[in-house]
Amino acid sequence: MQTVTRNQLVEKAKELLNNGTVTRVLGIKKGEFSYDLTPAVFTSAEELEKEFEFNGFAAANFSKYLVKLADGEGKILVFLKPCDSYSFNQLLTEHRFNRENVYAVGIECDGFADYKKIEEEFNDGIKSVEFNGEKIEVTTLYDGKKELAFADYMLERCKNCKTKKIAAFDELLTENSDETKNTRFEEVEKLEAMTPDERYAFWRNELSRCIRCNACRDVCPACTCEKCVFNNPDSGVENKAIQNSFEENMFHIIRAFHVAGRCTDCGECSRVCPQHIPLHLLNRKFIKDINSFYGEYQAGAEVGNRAPLVNYTKEDIEPKDAVGRGSEE
Amino acid sequence: MKKILKKNLQNLFAAISKETDLFLPVLNSAKNAEFKKWTEGTEYSEELNTVRSAKDFFFPQTENICDFKTSGKNIEIIENSELPENFAVFGVRACDLKSFEVLDNVFLSEPVDSFYKTRRENAVIFTMACNRPKETCFCHTFNINAADPKGDVECFEDETYVYLNPLTQKGKDLLNKVTSALEDETEEPVKKIKAEIEERLKNLPLYNLSAESFGSDKTEEFFNRKEWDELSEACLGCGTCTFVCPTCQCYDIKDFNTGHGVKRFRCWDSCMYSDFTKMSAGQPRTHQKERFRQRFMHKLVYYPTNNNGMFSCVGCGRCLKKCPISMNIVKVIKKLGGTANG
Amino acid sequence: MANINDPLIPVIGVVTDIRIDTPDVKTFRVVTPDGKKAFEHKPGQCAMLSMPGVGEAMFSITSSPTNKEFMEFSIKKCGCVTQWLHQIEVGQQITIRGPYGHPFPVDTAFKGKDLLFIAGGIGLAPLRSVINYVRFYRENYGKVDIVYGSRSKDDLVDYKEIIDEWCNDEGINVHLTIDREQEGWDGHVGFVPNYVKELGFDTNKVAIICGPPIMIKFTLAGLTELGFDKTQVYTTMELRMKCGIGKCGRCNIGSKYVCKDGPVFRCDELDELPDEY
Repeated sequence: MQTVTRNQLVEKAKELLNNGTVTRVLGIKKGEFSYDLTPAVFTSAEELEKEFEFNGFAAANFSKYLVKLADGEGKILVFLKPCDSYSFNQLLTEHRFNRENVYAVGIECDGFADYKKIEEEFNDGIKSVEFNGEKIEVTTLYDGKKELAFADYMLERCKNCKTKKIAAFDELLTENSDETKNTRFEEVEKLEAMTPDERYAFWRNELSRCIRCNACRDVCPACTCEKCVFNNPDSGVENKAIQNSFEENMFHIIRAFHVAGRCTDCGECSRVCPQHIPLHLLNRKFIKDINSFYGEYQAGAEVGNRAPLVNYTKEDIEPKDAVGRGSEE
Repeated sequence: MKKILKKNLQNLFAAISKETDLFLPVLNSAKNAEFKKWTEGTEYSEELNTVRSAKDFFFPQTENICDFKTSGKNIEIIENSELPENFAVFGVRACDLKSFEVLDNVFLSEPVDSFYKTRRENAVIFTMACNRPKETCFCHTFNINAADPKGDVECFEDETYVYLNPLTQKGKDLLNKVTSALEDETEEPVKKIKAEIEERLKNLPLYNLSAESFGSDKTEEFFNRKEWDELSEACLGCGTCTFVCPTCQCYDIKDFNTGHGVKRFRCWDSCMYSDFTKMSAGQPRTHQKERFRQRFMHKLVYYPTNNNGMFSCVGCGRCLKKCPISMNIVKVIKKLGGTANG
Repeated sequence: MANINDPLIPVIGVVTDIRIDTPDVKTFRVVTPDGKKAFEHKPGQCAMLSMPGVGEAMFSITSSPTNKEFMEFSIKKCGCVTQWLHQIEVGQQITIRGPYGHPFPVDTAFKGKDLLFIAGGIGLAPLRSVINYVRFYRENYGKVDIVYGSRSKDDLVDYKEIIDEWCNDEGINVHLTIDREQEGWDGHVGFVPNYVKELGFDTNKVAIICGPPIMIKFTLAGLTELGFDKTQVYTTMELRMKCGIGKCGRCNIGSKYVCKDGPVFRCDELDELPDEY
C-alpha cells in the first residue's frame, strides 16, 4: 500500500499550479473501477479535485509522456516514483525532453498491486478493491468480501524492487531512501541454469502467446525512436504479425538488444503485456550480464552517464570471453 | 434439452472429438484462458473471456492467401490456403457469438471472403451462458443476453450439470452423434439458471450503460467533438485493444519471402498504428487522436451507418482489462454519449 | 483442400508494352498470358497490380473499356511498387485483380451533357479512360473541354495522344497549361485552378476533376465561383488500400470506403464526409 496519499499529491499539485510554478500536472485519472486508471494532464484545481486518483494500482511510469508533453506551454509537474526517476534520467541522457520544462516532485513508493493476480484469486467479478495498510480488501460480485495480504499481490517488479531511491527531483514530497534489494536476478538465474534446449523451449512457449500488439514497445521509456524500425513498411518486420512465428519472436529479441544498457528495469513491458509474457526477463538478463562484464551499472542513475556498451575502455572484456562464458554454462 | 454431469464432461469432449476437431477454453501457462484443441485430459476453463477472442477461428491473426514462385520474368500462383475441415468450438460466450454476426456483415458481403466463409460453414458453435458475468461485462448495452447465448448448441451450467440445447441443424446433427454421452432433461433446470443470470446481469455496474446516442448517420455530431483530445491524450498507439477485440477486423496483406518463393498472407492490422493509412503520397491521419477517433467512430457510428444500426461492439470487456493505459470504449461512450450515462 | 476462389487471389498479367510518358511516368500495357484482357471494367475503376515480394498497390485503369485488346496503366514513380514497375522490361509478368470501385456515371449523369475535364499531372490517368470512352461514344455527349496542366511540358502524360488525337477531334477543346515558363512552350502558363477561372466556363455542364488534393481543392473553389453547383462536379480519390473490396478497413473517410463506395465521388457527397482527407 502506498504511504503517499492521493490528497497529498492533489494538494501539492494545486499549490504548484496556484503559485505559477507549473501550468500543467501529469497525473492519473479515475476510471470506472479502482484499477482502470488513465494517465492524464490536469490544468486546474477543479479537475484535480474531481478526477485525480492515486491508489495501489497507479503503477504507470510517467516519464515517457514527457517526451510529448514537455513541449507544451509552461512547465509540467510530474510525480516521480523511484522507478520513474531512473527512466526520467535516462531520457534526459538521451536528450529526449527539455528538463527546464519539467518540475519533478519525488514521491516514495511502497509497491503496487497486480490486478491480474487479484483477479486470478476468484472466479468472480470484482466490485471494488480497497487498500488498507498491509491488506487489500476485495469486494467480489458474488462471494462477498475477501481480504488479501498486499505483499502477496504486488507486481513482480515491486516484489523485486531494485531500489527505493528517487534519482531525480526538484523537490521531495517524502523522505528519500537508499534501500535496495537484490532479489531481481533470481528469475534470471533460474533461466541461466536451464540447458539451451530448455531455455529455448521456455521462450518459445512464452513468446508463442505474443499478439504483436506492440504494447511493450509503446509503453517502454527506452523506446522513443522517432521512427521505429518496426514502423517501417520497408523493413519486412513491420508492426504486426508475420507469417513465420520464429521471425515473429525476433521482434522481442531485437527490442531487448536495442534497449540493452538503456533499460532501467522499470518493468512496464511486463506490466502491460496483455498475454503476461515475462518480457522483463530478457532485459534483466542483459542488465545482469552488463553488471558482471563491466561492473555494476544502473541505467538512469545519473544524467549523462555513459552506458558500458557505448563506452569503450581498455579494460573491457574481450568479446570471445563474454561469448565463451555463455556457452560453457 | 440434454445434460451431462460436469465430472463426465471429458466423455462428451472425447465423443465430439471422435467426430470432429474440438476447441475449448483452456488455462495456459500464464493462467490466461485461450482456445486450444482438445486432447485427452485437456481441462475446460470456465474463465469468461479468453485473451484472444473466438474471432480467431474465422479470421486468424495470419492466414495464407496464396504462394508465388518466380523465375525470370514469369510468375506462378500456387494456392496454399490451410482451411480446416469441420470443427467444433465449445464454450463460446454470447458476446463472442454476436461478434461473428458483426464480422459476417463484413466478410460475407459481396465480394464474399471465401476463407472466412469456409471456416464459418465448417464450424459448430457450442455457446455457454455466463453464470458469473464480470464487472467489465456490458453485453446488455448491445442487446446481447448472456443468459440466452444462442449458437448451434447453447449450453448452460450449474454446480453439477452442463445442459445442452441444440438450436440449428448442424448442432442437432453433431449432438445426435454423441447421444450416448448425454442424458435427457426437461427445460426446468435451465429456466432456473437463466433467471439467476438475468438477475445477476441487472446488478452489474455497467448494466445501464447506453450507446443509444450513437448509431447510424451521427458522423457530424461526433466527429469534431473536442473530447477526442482528452480521451486520446494518453493513448500509446499500440494495437492491444484492436487485437483482443472480437469485432475488429482490419487487416493487412503482406508478402513474406521464404527464400524459395513468396507467401502472400493477410494479418490483423490496427487502425491505431501510425502506418495504417500511410501512403507514399501522404498520411491522412497524422496524429494519434485521429487514429483513436477512427476506431471508436467506426464501432459506434460508421459501422452502424453501413449495417442497419448494428454496433460493432459486443460489450465483452476485453479492452477494459487489457488496454495498457485503461482507455476503452466504455469511457468513450460515457464521455461523448451524454448525460444518460452520468 | 479444394480450390478456393477468393477475391484476394490475383491472376497473372503480362506487360506487353511500356511507354515512357514523362521523366517519372510510364504507361504499362497489360494482358493475360493468353493475350486477352484480364477483365472488363468501367471508366474510373481501378485494379490491384503487384509483384510478389515487392507489394501490391491500387492503380486506376487508364485505358478505356472500349479498348477490347488490352488495359493500360499510367503510373508515376512514387513508392516501392511503382519503383519496381519502372525498372521492369517488356515481357515481365505481374499479378492483377479487379476491377474495383464505383465508376464515373458515364451512362447516366454524364449522358447528353457537355463535359469539362480538369486534370493535373498524373491525375489525367483516371480521366483518360473517361475521355476516350466519351470520344468512342461521341454522339452520346455534348461539347467536351479538357483542361490539363502539369509542372512542365515534359510532365504532360501522353502528350502525343493529346496533340495528335484529342486536339483534332471535332467538339473537343483542349486547354493545356504548365506551371512555369519553359523554352519551346508557347501555350498557357499558370496553375490549373487559375486557368479554369480565366477560361470561365458556362455552368451548363458536368465537371470532372482529378489531380493532387491541393489542386482539387482550389479548382473546386474556382468552379463554385464560376457558379457550378457541387452536384455538377465529380472527382476521384486515392487513399492507402490493401484489399480493394471494402473489408480491410483502411481507406475509409467516415462511413465510406474509397475502394468500394469511391474512388469516384460527386463533390456534394464528399461534403457530407468528415474532413479527414
